Amino acid sequence: MVLWISGSFLAAAAAPWAVKRFPRHAGMILALWPGLLFVWFLSVLPRVGQSPVVTTHEWIPALGIRFSLYLDGLALLMSLLISGIGSLVILYAGRYLERHPDLGKLLALLLAFMASMLGLVLSGNLLLMFVFWELTSIVSYLLIGFHHEDEGARRSALQGLFVTFAGGLALMTGLILIGSVAGSYEWRTILDSADAIQASPHYPLALVLLVVGAMTKSAQFPFHFWLPNAMAAPTPVSAYLHSATMVKAGVFLLARTHPVLGGTALWTALLGTAGAVTLLLGIWLAMRSTGIKRVLAYSTIMALGTLTMLIGVGSDKAIIAAMAFLFAHSLYKGALFMIAGILDHQAGVKDLTRAGGLARRMPVSAAAAGLAALSLAGVLPLFGFVAKEKLFLSIFASGMAWLTPVVAIGAVLTVGVGALVGIQPWYGKPVATPRPAREPGPSLLAGPLILATGGILFGLFTPVVDQYLLTPAASAVTGHPVTPMLKLWHGLNLALATSIASLALGLLLYRWRTHFRHMTRFSDALAARGPEWLYDRMMALLVRVAGWQTRMLQSGYLRHYLLTTLLFVVACVWILLARSGQALHIAFDLTDIAIHEVMVMLVMSASAILAATSGSRLGAVAALGAVGFTVALVFVLFSAADPGITQVLVETLAVIMLVLVLFRLPRFLKLSSTRVRVQDATVAITLGATFTVLLLLAQDQRLYESISAWHIAESVPSGYGRNVVNVILVDFRALDTLGEIFVLALAAVGVLAMLGLKAEDKPQ
Amino acid sequence: MKPVPEHSLILRVTGLFILPLLILFSLFLLLRGHNEPGGGFIAGLVAASAVALHMFFTSVEAARRMIAVDPRDLIGWGLLIAIASGLAPILSGRPFMEARWIEMTVPAFGLVKAGTPLLFDLGVYLVVTGTVLAILFSLAEDDVQ
Repeated sequence: MVLWISGSFLAAAAAPWAVKRFPRHAGMILALWPGLLFVWFLSVLPRVGQSPVVTTHEWIPALGIRFSLYLDGLALLMSLLISGIGSLVILYAGRYLERHPDLGKLLALLLAFMASMLGLVLSGNLLLMFVFWELTSIVSYLLIGFHHEDEGARRSALQGLFVTFAGGLALMTGLILIGSVAGSYEWRTILDSADAIQASPHYPLALVLLVVGAMTKSAQFPFHFWLPNAMAAPTPVSAYLHSATMVKAGVFLLARTHPVLGGTALWTALLGTAGAVTLLLGIWLAMRSTGIKRVLAYSTIMALGTLTMLIGVGSDKAIIAAMAFLFAHSLYKGALFMIAGILDHQAGVKDLTRAGGLARRMPVSAAAAGLAALSLAGVLPLFGFVAKEKLFLSIFASGMAWLTPVVAIGAVLTVGVGALVGIQPWYGKPVATPRPAREPGPSLLAGPLILATGGILFGLFTPVVDQYLLTPAASAVTGHPVTPMLKLWHGLNLALATSIASLALGLLLYRWRTHFRHMTRFSDALAARGPEWLYDRMMALLVRVAGWQTRMLQSGYLRHYLLTTLLFVVACVWILLARSGQALHIAFDLTDIAIHEVMVMLVMSASAILAATSGSRLGAVAALGAVGFTVALVFVLFSAADPGITQVLVETLAVIMLVLVLFRLPRFLKLSSTRVRVQDATVAITLGATFTVLLLLAQDQRLYESISAWHIAESVPSGYGRNVVNVILVDFRALDTLGEIFVLALAAVGVLAMLGLKAEDKPQ
Repeated sequence: MKPVPEHSLILRVTGLFILPLLILFSLFLLLRGHNEPGGGFIAGLVAASAVALHMFFTSVEAARRMIAVDPRDLIGWGLLIAIASGLAPILSGRPFMEARWIEMTVPAFGLVKAGTPLLFDLGVYLVVTGTVLAILFSLAEDDVQ
């Protein structure tokens, strides 16, 4: 399984190349990889039904983080959706954005997303799962901002990123709490310590944090607002990430942790409320929207709310209803998003009110849209019907009476939304479209057609899907084997009656949709002060605080920074010395000092003084150079050849650079007043004195044995080198050196940027 | 940066001879650095000085042409090589940056030891050369305008 995930990342890396090489068929070629994955996941279907497939590799043993993968029924259901829909979406995207200059980037990101999402659902370690969780957020950010020249898209991308990252932080804290209670981040261990976790005093906090993470990712109220805005992404992205897979990650997390965290009153209250509110809000806003993708986005929010609510209820019936609903929703919503893309691509239609009577020109698309919409509305014999029936039955049996009207109202509005997307653009009076409508080619139609017919096939063969796919998934979520119970026909019962009533009412609602929108205008005023408004206010506040802080701390003058840094260092050193409470005992031992050493010292000091007091720039530079060379001499005197050579070379190159800049500097002027100069001198002398004292103290009192001896002893046996300095640089402390060369490279970038800036400023 | 006037014939002629020697010397310093004074940092500085010298007795363009690659690319390649040398041990299941050595007997050289630290030092060499040259060139080019 590790190979499948890493292979997907490799496929992502190969995508730009494939687009360059086969510009017309890149989508088709790249779709083969997810297709292959899909077949593999299908092939393990019978095996996973028996027991989970587990693989483990050590990753960071010191932190207990293992690269372990855990494929059970739930992970398999998600993986099949991710790879199957992924394959169709990539095929679709290759044609949808054909000849777009960034097609390679899009396909690469889609494949990278698929890899991350697979990693997320297959992880058998909480922290590994978190890594993939964040990866999906990052890829989603890049994909929402795909049209990066559009300011709205950039804003939406950042909004999605901030909301999901905020949730991600909460989630991480929650996961660490769970891990610390269970004593391991391994899923299998945690599964066994469910009782200990629920009994722990950390349980409520851990649960709330985890649920917040899931809610941001799965766009639950009040974090729902980023999802409709994420529709700024190209349509294949919306179909894949923002309806079929990524937004289900939150629901997946809840389902995954249900056997450990679920079943308590807090769990049911939190998820039941959040889910019910999100359900109603989502479908309400969907019915009020006219932009095709917005309608679909809001109805996705409704679906996510339903799933959260069902997992909150947590009975066997509710869980299997959730699995069926999740499966059905991925099929029809993926299809509908791709249809929305077809409408945009083939006719330029983005808004429902701008389309009508298109079925005559695009009969196949209309049929696919109709099938998907029927599944959405939950009409017999489509799979959506099965899911909806089970949803009703589980809610009626849950004993939470207040949920009944919620699902009933939700069902009516859902039928209305189904009609909006399944009827309005296709039938009735033809409306002139921005572009003459034309049926698309097979690459664009394959996705919606396959997914929509899947809806009817799976509906007809409900028991098969149930036994092989949904029951194993539900068993993984409940934590005990569940008996298959899904049927297409449940007989005449209350659920069926509710279904029929909601169908009739929903169609009436569709008939009176303009009146409905008119009558419900009041909710716009509420939305204007909703969570998104709050988000905007918080972001504005953040920017203001950052601006104020920057103005306070960053004066922009190098001398101020230097002064602050140096004085801070001096203060730290003296405070620490004072606190250590030791008498300053400094022993000077001048017995074996040689005359040439004294001379070097004198030359160095004289040069330093000259550099500080020189009246000309050239004089100061020369004096500084002299200081540098005497330092090199000191190195040589103490037989440190490498630092000596380096010092000489650096001094030489410094001279070359100074030659290049010197005569372009303004005339050397004394700009500072005497007072400032005295102040500078005081700081300089204090710093020098501090360091002298520090060095003498360090020389005098050794707290630890010097490491030099070890370095010298180990240089040849473990470093394979006789030059200790070099062995330290490239072997013993190579990580430090790596950091240093990165700093060096950054400094070069900075210098180049500044020089470039100057060249641009020059008047031509 | 104006070319050096005609009369500094001595500088140009000696520069022509010294340049290849300095580059060779820098490689020598790089290779022997593990056992004798030298190493990537010093060698990089020597190489940069050599090119700087060339720049002084010809022109920036000539110096750029001579090293044939953009010094900024050298920085990138250097960092990549350094990281790659650190990643290499991971392939054999060792921690990041742990030194790996291969000993082999090469005809005419005798026993040769090659290892990831040498590769790492090469990365340092390239970063140092690239940084110094990138700054020098852009300073000198700024001058021409």
